Amino acid sequence: MEIFFQQVVSGLATGGIYGSVALALVMIYQATDVVNYAQGEMAMFSTYLAWTLMNAGVPYWWAFFGTLVLSFVGGLVIERIVIRPVENKPILTIVIVCIGLLVILNSVAGWIYSYIQKPFPSPFPPKPIMLGTVVFGAHDLGAIGVTLVVLAFLYAFFRFTTLGLAMRAAAQNPTSSRLCGIRVGWMLAIGWGLAAMVGAVAGMMVAPIVFLDPNMMAGILIYAFASATLGGFTSPGGAVLGGLIVGVIENLVGTYVSFIGTELKLTVALAVILIVLVFKPSGLFGRAAVHRV
Amino acid sequence: MSPRVRYVVLVAVLAIALALPFLVSNFRVFQFTQVAVYAIALLGLNMLTGYNGQISLGHGAFYALGAYTTAIMIDRWDVPYPLTIVTAGVLCLIAGFLFGIPALRLEGLYLALATFALALAIPQILKYFEHWTGGSQGIVLSKPNPPWGLPLSPDQWLYFFTLAVLLVLFVLARNLLAGRTGRAIVAIRDNPIAAQAMGVNTALYKSLTFGVSAAYTGVAGALSAIVIAFVAPDAFNVFLSITFLTGVVIGGLASISGAIFGALFIQFVPNWAQEISKAAPWAIYGIFLIGFMYAMPFGIAGAIRRVAARAALRGTAARA
Repeated sequence: MEIFFQQVVSGLATGGIYGSVALALVMIYQATDVVNYAQGEMAMFSTYLAWTLMNAGVPYWWAFFGTLVLSFVGGLVIERIVIRPVENKPILTIVIVCIGLLVILNSVAGWIYSYIQKPFPSPFPPKPIMLGTVVFGAHDLGAIGVTLVVLAFLYAFFRFTTLGLAMRAAAQNPTSSRLCGIRVGWMLAIGWGLAAMVGAVAGMMVAPIVFLDPNMMAGILIYAFASATLGGFTSPGGAVLGGLIVGVIENLVGTYVSFIGTELKLTVALAVILIVLVFKPSGLFGRAAVHRV
Repeated sequence: MSPRVRYVVLVAVLAIALALPFLVSNFRVFQFTQVAVYAIALLGLNMLTGYNGQISLGHGAFYALGAYTTAIMIDRWDVPYPLTIVTAGVLCLIAGFLFGIPALRLEGLYLALATFALALAIPQILKYFEHWTGGSQGIVLSKPNPPWGLPLSPDQWLYFFTLAVLLVLFVLARNLLAGRTGRAIVAIRDNPIAAQAMGVNTALYKSLTFGVSAAYTGVAGALSAIVIAFVAPDAFNVFLSITFLTGVVIGGLASISGAIFGALFIQFVPNWAQEISKAAPWAIYGIFLIGFMYAMPFGIAGAIRRVAARAALRGTAARA
């Protein structure tokens, strides 16, 4: 039983990370109807910015918030420059542009910072927290906490602010929003900026665990994509919960089903998600898409 | 393009394709064989994504299935290689059809994820069944010699062999897509409800398209195993599937000739990028990708179609 709880806890820890990247994916999707394949690389790049700031002697939290501001601006600029020319083009064209962005960011990061792994500091104490016999890593708990705080902020932003309302309107019905005086193009840009910020938080929480290198987000993005799909692409809360579920399933399957072990655990986690999707095609918490005929 | 112009272009392209292996080095011949192999895979994916509107990020899986079918049959049972290609095609047809059935319930993003999962799982599964697949070591084959004492190098022979397969498959695809079946496939993409109301069995057509698409990709995979004479799990990673989708979109969705353009792009542009900048080749590749999409949002075939249409329009205007 102890092992079981321990595995669940470490599953939740990695799941929190998947959830935060999934949250960023869902954010962009909600604000712009685009799944951003470059999300992981944007987060990685933000983390390198944070690393540069910290290396220059800036204290952790100053660097943290400084990175958030830089990432917001970066996301905004990327939308204005890279995505805007293909805004009204077929969806697959946008997907390919995102893939292009992905390889550029990855390659440029490798070029500037090299592919050597770098340690990244955690803001939380290194001492593990014991609850009975189950060990909680302080960083893991902190990371989940930070994700939940970000989720709460986003919820409040979209629910209670005029800007948030305008962004939701712009995504749902661009034409009517334009007629109401909402600058739809800028709402999309702000959506990218916010998503870059959420990604930056995720990156800075992941980096202490997996170490900082240009490819650190590749595996995580895949899980985040799976988490967002499982939770439903229309539900930010669902994305976080989806992440936690994926983390736990992955860990438990790896531990308990002996013939699977660590080699096939990704396969099994994905198979579980597929089975869920066959029964709930819009994810666990997503709204079914309604089309006008 | 008028039928006569099209005919001339087609003959010219074919003539160049036939002369090519005698004009360039063996390595280049090998590269062009790869282009032909990719073109077959892209045509398969284009049927599904371009014509039928189902996005697949997992065609690398069928490519792998085809490649391993061929490799295992040749390595274990000494089956003649043309036979293994047919087997690979049939096997992928069945696998694709079966995968297409649960995929019926999924749309857009969710389908993209389902297929993506397939692509991700493949290298792990291949490594797991080590007894058959040789694990991460893979299987080494030998390149077949040209038959009937033809005075060709093995690379040249494989080029012609692949080209022949490509021609047969392209003609088949054209006939399939130009007829009643093709119209049903496109109708499902444009408006599934209307298609159903017109009496198209959407479920059957969608799964069948998935099957045929997988079969094409499987044949391409089988050919690649013979051409490269080696298969290993890590060659069939997620990036292969993403590359296929990139090739289809760059070449031009819902276009048969687009498969060739896309194949040329995914074979040669990474090499050029490498030559331009050793430090950050993928950045150059990314810039190429984005630049192509800005200049030709409907792919290379789409751009050619547009230019041709404009020329035709000017022609009629001048005559009037």
